[in-house]
Amino acid sequence: MKDNPIMRLAVRWNIPFMAIFALYTQTHGELGPGGGFQSGVIMAAAFILYGLVFGGAEMRRVVPRWFTDLLGALGVLIYAGAGVYTMAMGYEFLDYAALMPGNPGGAEPWGMTIVEYGVGITVFGVMMTIFNEITEGTNPEDNEPTGESADTEYGN
Amino acid sequence: MSPTILLDVVLLALVIIAGIAAIEVRNLFAAVMLASVYSLLMACFWTTMDAVDVAYTEAAVGAGISTILLIGALVLTGETEIVRRAVHWPALGACLLVGALLVYGTLDMPKFGDANAPAHVHPVYAGYTQQDVRKDPSGKSHGDIVATENADAQSRAEAHGETTSGRGDYFHGHVPNQVTSVIVTYRALDTLFETAVIFTAGMGLIVLLRGRRGNPLKGGLL
Repeated sequence: MKDNPIMRLAVRWNIPFMAIFALYTQTHGELGPGGGFQSGVIMAAAFILYGLVFGGAEMRRVVPRWFTDLLGALGVLIYAGAGVYTMAMGYEFLDYAALMPGNPGGAEPWGMTIVEYGVGITVFGVMMTIFNEITEGTNPEDNEPTGESADTEYGN
Repeated sequence: MSPTILLDVVLLALVIIAGIAAIEVRNLFAAVMLASVYSLLMACFWTTMDAVDVAYTEAAVGAGISTILLIGALVLTGETEIVRRAVHWPALGACLLVGALLVYGTLDMPKFGDANAPAHVHPVYAGYTQQDVRKDPSGKSHGDIVATENADAQSRAEAHGETTSGRGDYFHGHVPNQVTSVIVTYRALDTLFETAVIFTAGMGLIVLLRGRRGNPLKGGLL
């Protein structure tokens, strides 16, 4: 599809807006509709759209596999880490009051924000992984030369 | 007939048409697009039902990423479905039975727009209706915020016949979006493990598929 000028132009114009909208969804999750899950999905959709038009190899050059693998794990780590932190502070698991002792109502949005970032990061990483693994090797141009790319050590 | 009901009927009719068309059409690319239209119409319908968060997710996941992933999958399968017209009677019977059970289940639900529905008369709802936005950079001093906070908690506790217990009443909604508030505070553990499930799905794909395309014996842990 990368030889079609209309597709290229449409995708190039859409991706920045999708990415901004994903960030808006992430940062306003506790104020309006949306949250980490939706944000991660929209952000991944922006990058996957890029991959569909310009090819998977080009997308993996922008967002390499080791990076999306890392993000998938990092999000869960942030979420569970927030819980461990509250326990270390002497509160219950994921009791956000630990973040601002004496002002639980003020601490709650901050706790929610941290946790939502964790969800968003994991969802983004896993959605990218799904696309990578489903479409791997379907286009001959997509196959990376062996031994050069950073991700050949995975699964081979 | 009120305009809201009319809108609902029109939207649901379009949803049914899009669903049937997505099943019947032979061209798979058209089927993917019709499924996307179906999700978008459902998102509109959720919006008219005031379920904005559900609508948001439906639009982002149903109309957004699953369409894109299915288009990616179409590259593998080719564009036309193989026609198979025979009716599988046991499958049809099972579907009708499950559908009938689901419809039977909805008979117990409160009527559409019922002001006495449990969701509207539950004490937690009263707490939600008098909340305000935190995380504000308005320049209010920390002491002011805490004072307002404590007064709020006090009045809420009195309104609900509870005793104030310090940080015990943090659940009474300090965040305007009730859905997010429930999902990541009240049900934080649930959401933690949902995130873990998504992570596990990604791990499963990596273990099963990575580097094995075209050579089932190569690589992988299994």
